[in-house]
Amino acid sequence: MREREDEWTGLMRSAISGDDAAYHRLLKAITPVLRAAARRGLARAGQPVDQSEDIVQDILLAVHLKRQTWDSSAPFAPWLFAIARNKLIDALRRRGRRIFVNIDDFAETLPGETPEPTASAGEVAAQLQTLPARQRDVLQSIAVDSASIKDTAAKFSMSEGAVRVALHRGLTSLTAKLRDR
Amino acid sequence: MDTEQLIRTLAADNTYRTRPIGLALMLALLAAAPVSLLIFFAELGVRPDVMTAMRNPFFDLKFAVTLALAAAAIAVSLHLSRPEASLRGFGWWLLVPAGILVAAISGEMMMPQRAPMMTRLVGKNSMACMTAIPAMSLPLLIGALYGLRQGAPTRPAVAGAVAGLLSAGLAATVYASHCTDDSPLFVATWYTLATAIVASVGALMGRRALRY
Repeated sequence: MREREDEWTGLMRSAISGDDAAYHRLLKAITPVLRAAARRGLARAGQPVDQSEDIVQDILLAVHLKRQTWDSSAPFAPWLFAIARNKLIDALRRRGRRIFVNIDDFAETLPGETPEPTASAGEVAAQLQTLPARQRDVLQSIAVDSASIKDTAAKFSMSEGAVRVALHRGLTSLTAKLRDR
Repeated sequence: MDTEQLIRTLAADNTYRTRPIGLALMLALLAAAPVSLLIFFAELGVRPDVMTAMRNPFFDLKFAVTLALAAAAIAVSLHLSRPEASLRGFGWWLLVPAGILVAAISGEMMMPQRAPMMTRLVGKNSMACMTAIPAMSLPLLIGALYGLRQGAPTRPAVAGAVAGLLSAGLAATVYASHCTDDSPLFVATWYTLATAIVASVGALMGRRALRY
């Protein structure tokens, strides 16, 4: 487990210095851990566990938008688990339950335990439709059609810089809509 | 959108860099400061005897207290903007201004005084102090919360209250140059009350504004 967390820290350091592939690998590596913890939290609150994917996506968005608050000289896991715990508490509270979420819910997940998503998440997809057209188009092109920034720029005759800005703004407003819904 | 697609999208956004929180906070405070200064110069202004007052150590001590509060609250605000941080081990910074005040009060007690203690405590400017500090703090508080929105505090209300202390410390620093009451007893009473009001407003605003 220790090894796994050291690996995350290394990946996040590379990600911050501009390595997109390392960032992709990191997000993929933490997702099953977040999923297992979200399921455990839902189960303990007596909620159907098939909502766990919405919570996972919520946490991933927060990790992404708040990653500048991580101090790169510190280990990554405690930061990640703090964000995840806050988001999980929020999600359970929104579903009408006040529950104590243990930090060990995250740290405890064994490396072998890698649950697959049981149901697809609906909340991010639903909020995506309410974004301004430009942001929605760019997000959809990159997320759903797996187009690169460059291809997306060509498709909508935008500059790559404009695509990057629309992408980032789209993710920011998506997160705000999820938070304030 | 499934999680796989979301991850790909986030990775595509990896190169987008947001401002570090310290910079965001500084810029927001710089943008808000002119509004507070406008309130100050339009309504109050520096006291006319400021040159003489500067020879009074208790006049200078007011600035030590308010600046210590602002500096400590800035440090604690930046600390609390990290999700894994708590006040533990860091909150004691906020006691530094209180410590300076206690030392100043004991210092004043040991000196011969023209006015009795209650007169010094009540002073002449208590109402001005209680309205001016919150009024001048409000633009700074809004600015501070705006800058701190980049952060991810685990307890947004606590982070908001500290942002309130920060803006009250800055506002009180400017206000202190207007106020003719220099007794640490006055500062400990009225400045503290005004600061508490701003911190409460900060907690209420922060609860919503600093959620992430």
